[in-house]
Amino acid sequence: MLFALQSLPFLWEGLLLTLEVSALVVSISLVAGIILGVGIVYGPRWLYWPIRMYSDVLRGIPLLVLIFFIYYALPLASINFTNFVSVVVALSAFETAHIIEVVRGALQSIPRGQNEAAKSIGLRFDQRLLYVIAPQAVRRFLPPWINAVVDTVKGSALVSLVGIVDLMLAIQQVIGRTYKPMPLYVLGAIMYFIINYTLSSASRHLEARYAYIRE
Amino acid sequence: MGGELVVQIRGVRKSFGANQVLDGVDLDVHKGEVVVVIGPSGGGKTTLLRCINLLETYDEGSIRVDGVEVGFRDGGNGVRQPRRDRELARIRADIGMVFQLFNLFPHLTARENVMLGLRKVRGLSAVEARQTAERWLTRVGLGDKFESLPSQLSGGQQQRVGIARAVAMGPKVLLLDEITSALDPELVGEVLSVVQELARDGMTMIVVTHEMTFARDVATRIVFMEAGRIQIQGTPREVLSTTGHDRLKAFLARIEMKHH
Repeated sequence: MLFALQSLPFLWEGLLLTLEVSALVVSISLVAGIILGVGIVYGPRWLYWPIRMYSDVLRGIPLLVLIFFIYYALPLASINFTNFVSVVVALSAFETAHIIEVVRGALQSIPRGQNEAAKSIGLRFDQRLLYVIAPQAVRRFLPPWINAVVDTVKGSALVSLVGIVDLMLAIQQVIGRTYKPMPLYVLGAIMYFIINYTLSSASRHLEARYAYIRE
Repeated sequence: MGGELVVQIRGVRKSFGANQVLDGVDLDVHKGEVVVVIGPSGGGKTTLLRCINLLETYDEGSIRVDGVEVGFRDGGNGVRQPRRDRELARIRADIGMVFQLFNLFPHLTARENVMLGLRKVRGLSAVEARQTAERWLTRVGLGDKFESLPSQLSGGQQQRVGIARAVAMGPKVLLLDEITSALDPELVGEVLSVVQELARDGMTMIVVTHEMTFARDVATRIVFMEAGRIQIQGTPREVLSTTGHDRLKAFLARIEMKHH
């Protein structure tokens, strides 16, 4: 077990990178997904189809294919990202497509009468969204969004395939030196599990906070 | 009615696809009037009401509230352009509406439901908005329910919050869209008596209802709508005792049968 302990600082570096990639992707896709999701539900018709296409196409492509595409294809078009940027772009683009659908579902779960009542007291669009729709939609939004966050953390392991030393690649490199795959993969699995279990527990607490709205 | 004109409707038409829901409606409502709109379902009553605060758009004609065209603005050269959200919000702030299904905001307490528009639209301070909200909630008989969430209130109580939310804004006209249709029969009275009190205080109202007794009591004028048009209008006595209008007679007979 000693080698596993000795490898911990190195794995820690990888873990931090995994968390960094995940945090970036979660933030970017949250902002982009909310904007595009609001656009698809309340926006004009000319906005609907491009967003619909984007979401459908991106969700239909395996994440790994998308990562390789952005990694290899964009330089051909003279767009040169660093490895790190290109995987963050690929993961964010992919997650955004999913968040759009989560936002759309949450917004459409709010009865039409809510928006009408908000209009009837003279609230503007942004006020209706902020004070009436969003507080109710949050409850529908949280569970699938947390799933998407967990998927992001897991999906971020794919960045190891373009040579970024995240938790996954760090584990593989230690295995490369020690030839002891099992203990290290078990250790890695435990680390991923701890991150994601923490996330889902946190989400259960959050959901409980929004339980005031009856179904 | 000598009061000033609050709502002026001229030649309003609207269709949903091939279905002509409003087929040339003219209606004037003066200050302090209570106009009750009756008629069979699908006759255009609710659509007309919803056009007045533009929850539905209208295709042709004009609806003016306090002199301002609701659905369109002048785009120059007499061209009518749809209003922007911001302009509509300002217009709607002066038009109260109470809904059949209450449509209270479920995440807010009774008091917060009433306060929201006062704070965000009227710009009142938290203290002023709170006082106004509590005053209105007390007036509709909910002085002990400030902190209740809609889910903790009965249908009749929820609808009274709905009324308080609308009238607290100080609207020029109040639109009531079948506000007792979703209520258990024993809760109808408490809601209608609130409306009656508002009528006594001179609130200008346009009321869509199937409650004929209420219509007779509260209306200064009854309007019978069918097939997207106003077929006949007059004082309750005139309209409800009319013998010369077959369709109105048929409608009133159907209503009678349902209630006895």
